[in-house]
Amino acid sequence: MEFFKELWMFLKVRKKFWLMPILIIMVLFGGLIVLSKGSAVAPFIYTVF
Amino acid sequence: MIILGISAFYHDSAAALIKDGDILAAAQEERFTRVKHDAGFPREAICFCLGQAGVSIEEVDHIVFFEKPFVKFERLLETYLAFAPRGFKSFKTAMPLWLKEKLFQKSMLTDFLAELEEEKPSKALKKKLKSKLLFAEHHQSHAASAFFPSPYEEAVILTMDGVGEWAAASVGVGKGNDLKIEKEILFPHSLGLLYSAFTYYTGFKVNSGEYKVMGLAPYGEPKYKDAILEHLIDVKEDGSFRLNMEYFDFATGLTMTTSKFDEVFGGPPRTGESQITQREMDLAASVQAVTEEVMDRMVKSLSEDYKGIENLCLAGGVALNCVANGKILKRNYFKNIWVQPAAGDAGGALGAALAAYYIHLNGERKATNQTDAMKGSYLGPVFDDSEIEQRLTAAGAKFKRHANDEDVVELTAKALADEKAIGWFQGRMEFGPRALGGRSIIGDARSPSMQKTLNLKVKYRESFRPFAPSVLRDDVNEWFNLDYDSPYMLLVAPVNDNKCKDMSEEQKALFGIEKLNVPRSDIPAVTHVDYSARVQTVHKQTNPKYHALISKFKDLTGCPVIVNTSFNVRGEPIVCTPEDAFKCFMGTELDMLVVGNCVLYKEEQDQKLAQDYKDAFELD
Repeated sequence: MEFFKELWMFLKVRKKFWLMPILIIMVLFGGLIVLSKGSAVAPFIYTVF
Repeated sequence: MIILGISAFYHDSAAALIKDGDILAAAQEERFTRVKHDAGFPREAICFCLGQAGVSIEEVDHIVFFEKPFVKFERLLETYLAFAPRGFKSFKTAMPLWLKEKLFQKSMLTDFLAELEEEKPSKALKKKLKSKLLFAEHHQSHAASAFFPSPYEEAVILTMDGVGEWAAASVGVGKGNDLKIEKEILFPHSLGLLYSAFTYYTGFKVNSGEYKVMGLAPYGEPKYKDAILEHLIDVKEDGSFRLNMEYFDFATGLTMTTSKFDEVFGGPPRTGESQITQREMDLAASVQAVTEEVMDRMVKSLSEDYKGIENLCLAGGVALNCVANGKILKRNYFKNIWVQPAAGDAGGALGAALAAYYIHLNGERKATNQTDAMKGSYLGPVFDDSEIEQRLTAAGAKFKRHANDEDVVELTAKALADEKAIGWFQGRMEFGPRALGGRSIIGDARSPSMQKTLNLKVKYRESFRPFAPSVLRDDVNEWFNLDYDSPYMLLVAPVNDNKCKDMSEEQKALFGIEKLNVPRSDIPAVTHVDYSARVQTVHKQTNPKYHALISKFKDLTGCPVIVNTSFNVRGEPIVCTPEDAFKCFMGTELDMLVVGNCVLYKEEQDQKLAQDYKDAFELD
């Protein structure tokens, strides 16, 4: 719960409410990937995250 | 006021601890875990920092993380959106990591920190620690690491790296205890990533091979400089720039460059460990020339924009490009330049802690205008002679413990003059990527064979790579075209003409690496093919024993310059403990090891203790 509160605060401070629907869709979509995938680091030559 | 800074979960995790602005300890996690560029939670480094200050994690007033994970996630989402559907492959690879772990870094950090105190941490402890957590911005951390420990009351700050949250470069102004970021260049337009793209393309590992590209550059001609400027990067008069993303894959792909990049430079990337050709040398020279031009224009423009400020501070991975730093210094755009020795992400841990103390908490800062606050960057673990004796004995080493420093200095200086390759382990470990006489391999800079010996028999690294000199500060301008403090080995300068030797036409015609074996100066082991050297000035105030050693060597030989390279083999983190040093000593062809006042000779050791060291580490 605290996490969502912080995420909301973040969107408010950054004035990026428009990210909200994209975030929801991407998180849902990403959630599906999470269920089917392991670690993400290995295949990248350089991770920009 | 005790503040712990942490950098982690990206690359080069580290921790730093400050008390009322005074830097007490700082170290990279890789030194403890022995995993190069370890990106995990820096448990060992934090424990060391807390131990050094004699406090528990609960007694720390603030814990500061070096970047803002949510803002980074925002950049990721917006980048994927902007490039969609191109980045799907990358998206589906990155999302699990973020949704499983990285979005919850605050909780992760709290859990990890609480586990330092209690095996099964209570909710109350977690809550307490969470309330102490702060998050600085990535480039704010870099800028703070560049300005606050610098000797200056006021300075312009330039930070450049691969990427942080959004920024890949920033300009700020520091005054007293305040620091304001005024301009930024945002991802994907990144000078660091341009350099990394060429690191990848020339067959080296991104994020560790950049140094090799810089070392390779003097062998080549900048034949591709115009092509880079025409196709890849649009550089404005003030040094600001944009990358043409048609040539790069890093924003959305799993690699660095695209097939269009290959077309411009006439072929696919070199594969790792294959033969280095003149083409790679020319590519390295070209990207180095472009980097220097961008930095030159940027610094020139800053000196005009901020007239009246005569000091420049640098940090971020690009600031480790000591060739570019040396050239900027020579141009005199600013009267003084100071570069944070841990300019990469490890230094972000220190910067985050300093930013919290000075900016967030308005802590008092006194700039001396003379010396910096880094304490020579000797901020890591130290072992006294009794502990060294105990540890070496347990490791099976045969050694003699000398009663005083003078004896050790004298016999080491003599061994140096006899062209022995020596492991030199003294005092506190360095913070940052360079060994500065705390965890160093040293040798005679005058020896024509030292470079080859150290590269192939001790370091097991590519033979084209040059070594750096340590020189007494008072003698630096006699040997190098430099009269400036360079205690952190972050400035490259030419060897003075009167110390150089002309090459014959036949020698000039030698190909690339063969050229390095031609003695080109009175100190050939540290003279690169373009007669340059990556200078470390040695100061009595910060490392008296190392200063005494080089002074003694000078007494014996007339030469105040020795070879200094990091105490490790290729792919290995620099040694941290006496045991690490002994293992490295036994696994390589080092002749002698000096740990504190304990002296070891190879021929006296039990050869059964020698391990296959060369292949023990993944090549970097």
